[in-house]
Amino acid sequence: MKKFSAATQVDFVIIGSGGAGGAVAKELSTSGFEVVVLEQGPRLEDRDFKHDELNIRNTPALVNDHALQPNTFRKTAQEKAQLASAISYGRCVGGGTVHYTGSQWRFHEIDFIERSRWGNIEGTGFADWPITYAELEPYYVKAEYEFGVSGVSGASPFDPPRSKPYPLPALPIKSAGALFDRGCKKLELHPVPVPSAILSQPYQGRKACNHCGFCEWYGCEQGAKSSSLSSVIPAAEKTGRCEVRTGSYVREISVDKSGRVSGVIYFDSRKQEVFQKAKAVVLCANGSESPRLLLLSRSNLFPDGLANSSGLVGKYLMLGGTASASGIFDEPLNEFKSVMATRAIEDFYDSNAKRGFYGGGRIDGRWGFMGPIGYALGGLPPDAPLWGTGYKNFVKENFNRTMTCQSYLTSLPLESNNITLDPDVKDAWGLPAMRVTYRDHPDGMKVKQYSLERSLEILEAAGAKKKWGNPVRETTTGAHLMGTCRMGNDPKTSVVDKFNRAHDVPNLFIVDGSSFVTSGRNHPTCTIEALAFRAAENMAKAAKSGSFKSSV
Amino acid sequence: MEKRHDKKQGHSRRSVLVGSLSGLSSIWLATHWPGILAAQEHAHALAKSGRPATLGFFSPDQAAEIEAMAAQIIPTDDTAGAREAGTIYFIDRALTTFDQEKQAAYTQGLKDLRAKTHELFPSANKFSELNSAQQVQVLTAIEKTAFFGQVRSHTIIGFFANPEYGGNQEKIGWNLIGFEDKFAWEPPFGHYDRQNKQS
Repeated sequence: MKKFSAATQVDFVIIGSGGAGGAVAKELSTSGFEVVVLEQGPRLEDRDFKHDELNIRNTPALVNDHALQPNTFRKTAQEKAQLASAISYGRCVGGGTVHYTGSQWRFHEIDFIERSRWGNIEGTGFADWPITYAELEPYYVKAEYEFGVSGVSGASPFDPPRSKPYPLPALPIKSAGALFDRGCKKLELHPVPVPSAILSQPYQGRKACNHCGFCEWYGCEQGAKSSSLSSVIPAAEKTGRCEVRTGSYVREISVDKSGRVSGVIYFDSRKQEVFQKAKAVVLCANGSESPRLLLLSRSNLFPDGLANSSGLVGKYLMLGGTASASGIFDEPLNEFKSVMATRAIEDFYDSNAKRGFYGGGRIDGRWGFMGPIGYALGGLPPDAPLWGTGYKNFVKENFNRTMTCQSYLTSLPLESNNITLDPDVKDAWGLPAMRVTYRDHPDGMKVKQYSLERSLEILEAAGAKKKWGNPVRETTTGAHLMGTCRMGNDPKTSVVDKFNRAHDVPNLFIVDGSSFVTSGRNHPTCTIEALAFRAAENMAKAAKSGSFKSSV
Repeated sequence: MEKRHDKKQGHSRRSVLVGSLSGLSSIWLATHWPGILAAQEHAHALAKSGRPATLGFFSPDQAAEIEAMAAQIIPTDDTAGAREAGTIYFIDRALTTFDQEKQAAYTQGLKDLRAKTHELFPSANKFSELNSAQQVQVLTAIEKTAFFGQVRSHTIIGFFANPEYGGNQEKIGWNLIGFEDKFAWEPPFGHYDRQNKQS
């Protein structure tokens, strides 16, 4: 692997190696630029990924460690934030794409033009994106082909237009998928195979999924999950122009006298500070850490944090909404095998004025548990015995007969939902901790309840002999981190432009879920990766045209 | 056996995995998980040293009490339960490795168990010496306590964790529920996708 010295002014420093950072690294390095990717976590290899439920639960092996990087949480600005494990993100090379489910949905045309369609929603930052689905479509294709996605093109009557089919056929259906399919069809809904960033066949030298069953929350032991780690990062390194530097925790993006970014200061794995010079910086640290780092990067020129002349860095945090219901069936489903979800519906995707609230989403049919421990501790209905023979028999009978309908739903952009620096709590490096302020908009609660009721209907139609909904709750935790450096044409009301370039700093780009204007109603990863390829292509053009010459 | 203490003990690496990674929050986190598991860096390696011959934390008397509790939580009937699976060894090892911070809660909980046993059955001193119906009576009286919740969680986790952790010996827990650790499968996976294929 290529190594650069810190004193060498590289073309780009990329902060973060997840879906966005990996895509940017691949695009820029193959375009001839020298890049250093700084990743705060370790580099794990396929052989490090074990089928060990206790260990993956027990240690922050793949995700951020709240003991080292505490969060504080409060619902409103009037409260004092308390220590809480609020935000979860991938913390290893590949970021969240290492342990995610692989749900690889595109956004739809309607997700980019919501304000135009529905008008203002009082008290929210509801707005159109500065780009349309059509502008992003070629980059969805690119993301699907570079990472490797399995699915069926045109299966859903709600699917947005696509210029190229999925590169790989869908993964085989599982029993939860088959039951979901059955229930939905009875209700005249339109179940479709879940597009998955998991290889159904060998692809670009990588192996196909072996259906081990240890997928969501785990890393893939044979590289079949289409993480950055298994796809774009190795491709970037192969160019000889990309160095991935692990154990590198960035504390500041530095600027020169002219207000341009000159490099970054990070702590290496021995907590020694290093200044890496760069001609430009691409911030891909996720929708929570990216705004935190901008707020930490205060200077005389940028007293409120870097790229924050709008005052919107950290604001409009959107975590997506969830709802779930489970059911028990007569025959064994054996959901401990293979991937998490194989069928879903988008029938309730769009908003519908008749419902009386804004919002919608997708429901999928899945197992819903991490393994035997997860099921035995958290998978039983509320009226099941908690211990004794009754408990034992319940787990014995139903471990293999239970499935879940899981919803992924809209969340509105509210200025009062945000990431700020905690005034008191510090992380293990002495930096102000991340403070999360978040409370669902009332419509966010209504769409959860609505989707929960639809889920129970599907389970009923599928023939569940017992079913129960998990009561909807206000969101207090998040892993789909969106909205905190929103994209827009007006520097007064947005942080980055339509190519993810900071309005205030010509050689700073912010590329991850933070640039989302509205939440969409599907998992964000595919859209993050598409935005990253698009932004990186534009960065390469800009760099070649000399539009952000190096600082002095 | 000498108790093993990790140098980083004071630096608890509690990781409550955030449920909404995939929206599992309401299922998983709602009641059971927070605060149950804590881990330390070397716990995994320490815990992997095979079936323990001795206890590291509990005295033999204490172990008998906790094992009796575990055997009521997952009883032995026509199939093996927590006792046969060696769950007591899992709990003991958890308390000397990744759950050291819970030692005091166990020490106090055992005292409380003894007091409750004595309160309900004045002639008895040990929970483990009660008959099964009496044990159920004691546990029913304490089932809302944090201590019972902790022993329950540890019992269940040990019973269903990988056998190398000592509490799912001979895969007793996995065999009970039909989980197979083959880790490579081909479709059809279950009854309903098989049926789908045939129709």
